[in-house]
Amino acid sequence: MQINSGDAAWMLASSALVLFMTPGLAFFYGGMVRSKSVLNMLMMNFACIGVVTLLWVLFGYSLAFKGTNPVIGNFDAFGLKGTITGIFGAKGDQYPELIFSAFQLMFAIITPALISGSIADRVKFGAWITFVALWTTIVYFPVAHWVFYFNNGQGGWIADHLHAMDFAGGTAVHINAGAAGLALAIVLRKRVGWPREPMRPHNLPLVLLGAGILWFGWFGFNAGSAVTAGSGAALAFMNTQVATASAAIGWIVVEKVRDGHSTTLGIASGAVAGLVAITPACGSINPIGAIILGIAAGAICAFAVGLKYRFGFDDSLDVVGVHLVGGIVGTLAIGVLATGTAIKATGSLGQAGFWDGGDFTQLGKQALAAGAVLAYSFIIAAILGFAIDKTIGFTVDEETEVNGIDQGVHAETGYEFSGFGGSLGGAARSVIGTQGSQERIDA
Amino acid sequence: MKLVTAVLKPFKLDDVKTALEAFGVHGLTVSEANGYGRQKGHTEVYRGAEYTVDLVPKVRLEVLVDDADAEDVVDVITKSAQTGRIGDGKVWVVPVDTVVRVRTGERGAEAL
Repeated sequence: MQINSGDAAWMLASSALVLFMTPGLAFFYGGMVRSKSVLNMLMMNFACIGVVTLLWVLFGYSLAFKGTNPVIGNFDAFGLKGTITGIFGAKGDQYPELIFSAFQLMFAIITPALISGSIADRVKFGAWITFVALWTTIVYFPVAHWVFYFNNGQGGWIADHLHAMDFAGGTAVHINAGAAGLALAIVLRKRVGWPREPMRPHNLPLVLLGAGILWFGWFGFNAGSAVTAGSGAALAFMNTQVATASAAIGWIVVEKVRDGHSTTLGIASGAVAGLVAITPACGSINPIGAIILGIAAGAICAFAVGLKYRFGFDDSLDVVGVHLVGGIVGTLAIGVLATGTAIKATGSLGQAGFWDGGDFTQLGKQALAAGAVLAYSFIIAAILGFAIDKTIGFTVDEETEVNGIDQGVHAETGYEFSGFGGSLGGAARSVIGTQGSQERIDA
Repeated sequence: MKLVTAVLKPFKLDDVKTALEAFGVHGLTVSEANGYGRQKGHTEVYRGAEYTVDLVPKVRLEVLVDDADAEDVVDVITKSAQTGRIGDGKVWVVPVDTVVRVRTGERGAEAL
């Protein structure tokens, strides 16, 4: 066997970049919630790293990337059996299979983490962990198999049979998570006071920091999805930058015209919307297409976040408006903007859209892939959400929520707001320390 | 003795302090406050959703003074805090029964 160390190095680096996105997402979301629930938000995301990694090693990788069934993998690689000596990639671009497995693991981690934004501030931590474990097993692993598993015509049905293009996970990650987020926002109760009371972001600098980390990590997410360090990765990298910048501008222009102000939350949200939308398309369009896609995604998502007020579902942090809508925009835009040159550069299995002389064929395939993932994820997430709510209970009681979910669920608070400096704060702490009771903290 | 309390725009605090020192006031207490009068609040926009924030940040300033100085101190505060625009704040005076200096136990005018 001949290991290509350039490809191996890039994929190791990409894997680390993609993992970094989950803490980035945690801070993006964490800044948007109220100060009393920032830790719960961070925990919901960090916990995904723990839970999904374990599932992945045991059976996740095997269910997603083994076998010849177009719908689901098998248990051949249970416990990552056979991957230590395995090789992944086309001849000349080969590297250890464990690297590919690690890269894909990071996608499996961030996808359920994305869902947490739609139910921020109000869910039991144990119920969330249960949901993540079940949804990842029943929804994410099969959908990753459909979309990401190429096996010489015997892989997943979307990747190897339908030939809908999804370079880095517009369907498998963003539509998948967005549809689940929508389902949970509908099934679970709303936050106390929503939409009457303002629930302003408590720390916009944290939102920007998180968005910046996401943007940085996303280069691994998208350019790493070329699975080699070549011209395909270069195209995905540049498209990611171009579409994200365009979407950030698109969003704040809409804000300026509609609301009179371009806001910090707007530019961060626009950047994330652009990242989402370019994800499926970064390997099949050219940089001019990326500008068009980015501006469209930024503008459309800026309007889409208002849908929750119109339809009355409490999607706390706009997972639907940004990830579901952004994912759909990017996935469908491929049917319009894909070019033959770009497809050739990445070796994608699909046809050019009518931007480059194609017809409606590819657009139809894109719509079918998007619709199938959306429907499957929505239905299963709704069932899981309902079942967990009726058994162990999905949401905390309203008193805990109003007092602060950080204190009630995790026995911590994110910030020390005492205006009395060290003396009084310290005295209060020592009393708590000796008494050691939760009631003292409440008092 | 009187307690003069003023709720003012935060950016005028330095001017008021300087004016009170020039007048001869030795000590005062300042705290952060939130409230509104005729000014009402302001609006903030997050992802297109408008929130009306009806409480406006203010500073609350308290000065203990001799009966004879109370009117002058009110004048000093009013003049130095005035911008002429809405939301300049309020000043009010209430009588005080007893004042004790904690360090020495002095009472009344000596304690000021």
